[in-house]
Amino acid sequence: MLLKGKKGLVLSVTNENSIGWAIADAAANHGAEVGVGGQNDKMRGRVEALTEGRPNMKAFTVDFQIDEQIEALVEEVKKTYGGIDFFVHSAAFANRDDLSGRFIDTSRDGFKLALDISAYSLVRMCKALEPIMNEEGSVMALSYLGSVRAVSNYNVMGVAKAALEASVRYLAADLGVKGIRVNTLSPGPINTVAARGVKGLTEMIDYVHERSPLKRRFGQEEVAGSAIYLMSDLSKGVTGQVIYIDNGYNIVGM
Amino acid sequence: MSSEEILSRVKKATVEKLGVKEEEVVESASFQDDLGADSLDIVELLMAFEDEFGLTVPDEDAGQIVTVGDAVKYIGGKLAATA
Repeated sequence: MLLKGKKGLVLSVTNENSIGWAIADAAANHGAEVGVGGQNDKMRGRVEALTEGRPNMKAFTVDFQIDEQIEALVEEVKKTYGGIDFFVHSAAFANRDDLSGRFIDTSRDGFKLALDISAYSLVRMCKALEPIMNEEGSVMALSYLGSVRAVSNYNVMGVAKAALEASVRYLAADLGVKGIRVNTLSPGPINTVAARGVKGLTEMIDYVHERSPLKRRFGQEEVAGSAIYLMSDLSKGVTGQVIYIDNGYNIVGM
Repeated sequence: MSSEEILSRVKKATVEKLGVKEEEVVESASFQDDLGADSLDIVELLMAFEDEFGLTVPDEDAGQIVTVGDAVKYIGGKLAATA
């Protein structure tokens, strides 16, 4: 029970395979009160089905592209929890056409869309949540190695994740004076519905599992473990970092 | 596995994922046009079939699965190939 007395938000979750859901579930099991978000009414229904019967979970809705919804969410969260101790940003989007073929073909609109939902939303949410973030709070965003390497088909999402990771460092600098920590979790490829939007995901998973130092499968549970560490006071000296949860794949040359 | 058994397991997964009635899930039914699945539902459905039958549906094959019957045929072929 590393998170007893802590409260926080995980935005957003699509289904039971979502990394966000694994994190929310683990946080609740560690004693936290967790608000779980869906990005629209359809997703809200799914989140409600997941949180049903979980006394320390509550469903919320927010579309990161709509400022009014962000403000309304913050009001609702404030009413529900007072202040919060953690915020997990687990949302990203790009047009499917931009997640295959050549990166060079990315359209201006496709680039803007991916960067807006996948990177700017973290900045906007941190600004909105800052007034209700408790001291010693912890924020984390989910990224992927495609931010620092050219990974086939990941394309514009890699650029968005680079912006996300840079935003994490600037936010860590801004919010550090309040004792709030901001970090990036960077899992290896995991079979989620969002990741399946990237062409060739199943082959990527096999490739990484074969070549990583730890010769075993990894998944949502491993990411949730590192998220709990970042939410807890065990990581109170850690901010602005990228933590890889990929069985060590990122260190391997050949 | 017989194609009847595959069909019945495909039906069960489809009913669970799409929230449709079992009698609607006939072999000629298109997941998108007849059963109201959107692109997200389709991906989830394919992942549910992967779990149910212990196989992988690579992207290049996903386009072959339009109707319930297509899914049964595809899964049958995959299972036969790995048996």
